[in-house]
Amino acid sequence: MSTSLRTEAGPYFGDFGGRFVPESLVAALDELTDEYAIARQDPAFAAELMELHRSYTGRPSIITEVPRFAAHAGGARIILKREDLNHTGSHKINNVLGQALLTKRIGKSRVIAETGAGQHGVAAATAAALFGLDCVVYMGEVDTERQALNVARMRLLGAEVVPVKTGSRTLKDAINDAMRDWVTNVGTTNYMFGTVAGPHPFPAMVRDFQKIIGEEARQQVLDLTGRLPDAVTACVGGGSNAMGIFHAFLDDPEVALVGYEAGGDGAETLRHAATITKGRPGILHGARSFLLQDEDGQTVESHSISAGLDYPGVGPEHAWLASIGRATYLPVTDDEAMSALRLLSRTEGIIPAIESAHALAGTLDLGKQLGPDATILVNLSGRGDKDMETAGRYFDLLDKGAAQV
Amino acid sequence: MSTETGTHPTSGMTSTVEATIIRRRSEGGGALIGYLPVGFPTLTESIDAAVALAHSGVDIIELGLPYTDPVMDGPVIQAATQQALANGFRLRHGFEAVAAITAQVNVPVLVMTYWNPILQYGADRFADDLVAAGGAGLITPDLIPDDAAAWMGASTRTGLDRVFLAAPSSSDDRLRQAVDASRGFVYAVSTMGITGARGDVDSAARVLVDRLRSVGSTSACVGLGISTPEQVREILAYADGAIVGSALVKALADGGVPTLAALARDLAAGARDLRPASSAPTR
Ligand SMILES: Cc1ncc(COP(=O)(O)O)c(C=O)c1O
Repeated sequence: MSTSLRTEAGPYFGDFGGRFVPESLVAALDELTDEYAIARQDPAFAAELMELHRSYTGRPSIITEVPRFAAHAGGARIILKREDLNHTGSHKINNVLGQALLTKRIGKSRVIAETGAGQHGVAAATAAALFGLDCVVYMGEVDTERQALNVARMRLLGAEVVPVKTGSRTLKDAINDAMRDWVTNVGTTNYMFGTVAGPHPFPAMVRDFQKIIGEEARQQVLDLTGRLPDAVTACVGGGSNAMGIFHAFLDDPEVALVGYEAGGDGAETLRHAATITKGRPGILHGARSFLLQDEDGQTVESHSISAGLDYPGVGPEHAWLASIGRATYLPVTDDEAMSALRLLSRTEGIIPAIESAHALAGTLDLGKQLGPDATILVNLSGRGDKDMETAGRYFDLLDKGAAQV
Repeated sequence: MSTETGTHPTSGMTSTVEATIIRRRSEGGGALIGYLPVGFPTLTESIDAAVALAHSGVDIIELGLPYTDPVMDGPVIQAATQQALANGFRLRHGFEAVAAITAQVNVPVLVMTYWNPILQYGADRFADDLVAAGGAGLITPDLIPDDAAAWMGASTRTGLDRVFLAAPSSSDDRLRQAVDASRGFVYAVSTMGITGARGDVDSAARVLVDRLRSVGSTSACVGLGISTPEQVREILAYADGAIVGSALVKALADGGVPTLAALARDLAAGARDLRPASSAPTR
């Protein structure tokens, strides 16, 4: 490959990206863009972030080979990148530590965040506690109910959690309310966006804060197996854990990149969140990308058992990678994800987040296609603790009438 | 009105919106611009409500197209547009409403819309259909001139107005860009925030209009948070127009067309003669 795919820095990735926002936000986006451009050249910023990764998050995260799970995937070699072992339980911490450091540089005292599964909200509340920042997290009312444990975690960490009651009352509406807060309080407030979507500079900046996943994993797999993996897989909600692990491999054309979207009841039904598979280009939350929409350009509500993937949009860099054929995106249903969640739990003693279980389910299929000589690197983006209530109900694991008090 | 024309350098065609604003200015007041969403509480009632605005002294109608993700809107307009969507609002109802309103009253109708519905419809096709319906142009709250190439082309070709926003946080370069790109007027956002009535209109609005003047604006209208005749009068002392949204939507929601019309008449009185009864304006 003569040109590098790793140098894209926005605002556009091919036809995708941009800044479709109210003029009131442009000054803040410009400030963030400029401050980030300076910070990323500053060795002191990089050093401070690396030290936090090491002594607070527990990076580098390890890789774990899972042969008993792999036996169900046609015998392909499967290696997990263990972002579930990070402090706070997912990859989201990588991004918020970077953005919190940036907030400190800009001199703002309040941060806001949106959250779906609650993992980004928990990570944001954690970073806010660590840095002494005021923190407000917007969360759709539907999600505050299905991820009640994470609401409690955020509150314990000192954040205010605002249940969003408008629209579909999920992640998309939480982002709308966070944007409204930001427009109003932009003088004191930084918006710590949780994924690689939104207006420039978020897609490129969040990717940069997450690309450590793939940079570590690429070397770890080389050290373990002596060669690059045949495929790298991840679940795709907004797309941050997937961009994080894909990015280091973009210029390795022999490595297939596969993102698994939430297929809900099935991508052929109306209840799914398979944005790239079933959507078409349009604008949502400040960027041009694929989205689920009706004929009139109204955003359509997504559905997934996994709150973190229940989003009708996707980051513009993924839309671009799909459009140039560098990455492939496939749907995985609720049921497929849940059985992969149980399979990993029983074969390897690792309970994944339901989000990450989508990547595992897709990898079971991919392994059968690629055969026993293949090596597949899977991003295990988070752990399943937050999902025990959903899993308990799904698998009927809870004793009748038992209530936790 | 025949001799007063707001002509635009790039198209040479007259903007009826700008001409209306100039006429109101020359009469010693300023333009009152009233916002209502299409389809709230129903399509028919929203048309009747807009017609009532025109009969009650509103000079320019801003007709909002309901959208699922209205990031610039506060609770009142969100609730109204969400109801319109739940009632089955479709984009074609927007053209039907513009045509029905302009058939009944002689006021310019601007459509306020987030960008994705236009992008999906096709900017050129939308512009043609809006012209056919008798619409005057678009107000685009989430489209900045930087990313507006398709709309610049379609509006120039068809002579439609294009109203971009200017904010207190905008740099001088960005204000100049908004003024140069806009036609009809520039929408000066009174405060850092979203739509919704406020007790006081920010002093930031006056500063912003002064800054817009200094980069060449001859047609600057202030919106966000305006709800009373006193606020309209205060704003028109320095701006060319005052835009009222949430207060009108709330009046329509609370008391139907009669309550809406009564508020519009009061606001229009505030927009007419700006001189206090006893003395000349102090500035
Ligand atoms: C564990 C985990 N994985 C994945 C996601 C999806 O986000 P993204 O696609 O940005 O990685 C989430 C979001 O909450 C999550 O908690």
